[in-house]
Amino acid sequence: MPKTIAREGVRELLEEGAQVVDVLPSEEYGESHLPGAINIPLKELNRETTERLRRDGPVIVYCHDYL
Amino acid sequence: MSPRAAWRLEGLGFSKVYDYAPSKVDWFAAGLPMEGALSSVPTVGDVAREDVPTCAPEEKVGVVRGRVRRTSWDRCVVVNEERVVLGLLREKELASDPTATAEEAMRFGPTTVRPDTPAEKMAERMRKRGTASVVVTTPDGELVGLMYREDAEHMTDEQA
Repeated sequence: MPKTIAREGVRELLEEGAQVVDVLPSEEYGESHLPGAINIPLKELNRETTERLRRDGPVIVYCHDYL
Repeated sequence: MSPRAAWRLEGLGFSKVYDYAPSKVDWFAAGLPMEGALSSVPTVGDVAREDVPTCAPEEKVGVVRGRVRRTSWDRCVVVNEERVVLGLLREKELASDPTATAEEAMRFGPTTVRPDTPAEKMAERMRKRGTASVVVTTPDGELVGLMYREDAEHMTDEQA
């Protein structure tokens, strides 16, 4: 089950080398995103587009707000 | 959107999935690093003066006044142990009863802004309201600094 985390948790995981996925549309990703985040829009999240991610490592996902 | 993405990733075989529900809005509002086109736009956090004097709520106004007057500042932000902003002592409050505590004398709940607000936009809002400075905090209320409108105007003039 995915865990919900807050900012401090994100910072700690980033220090440990976590992967970050921005699931917003590419235009929004282009405007601003977290350092090192890769963009895979939600509708494109599938086995093929996630191939470059390590499946056994931590992955953080985020969007724009609590929407 | 992110909860759906998190569940989707688990379904795709990822074993350690975390949903940063507060989102990038929370991240940037805390003044943390940004990448992307907007990262070059000057923000309130870029121009905020982080060395603004602070004091604890239980400190006496007279003691705080003495400390502030040894600097070039004319105000002091009242913060708790977590540096969460409680109030502001401006010149008027600093000149009040020296035996009162900062908490008793302070202007409670000053307007605050987040560090990721574009500096130019903030300066424009402050100009319309006739405000010279504003307290900058994280979304959790932790002090980042004090932004002077003239600093923001100066920076945006330089960018133009």
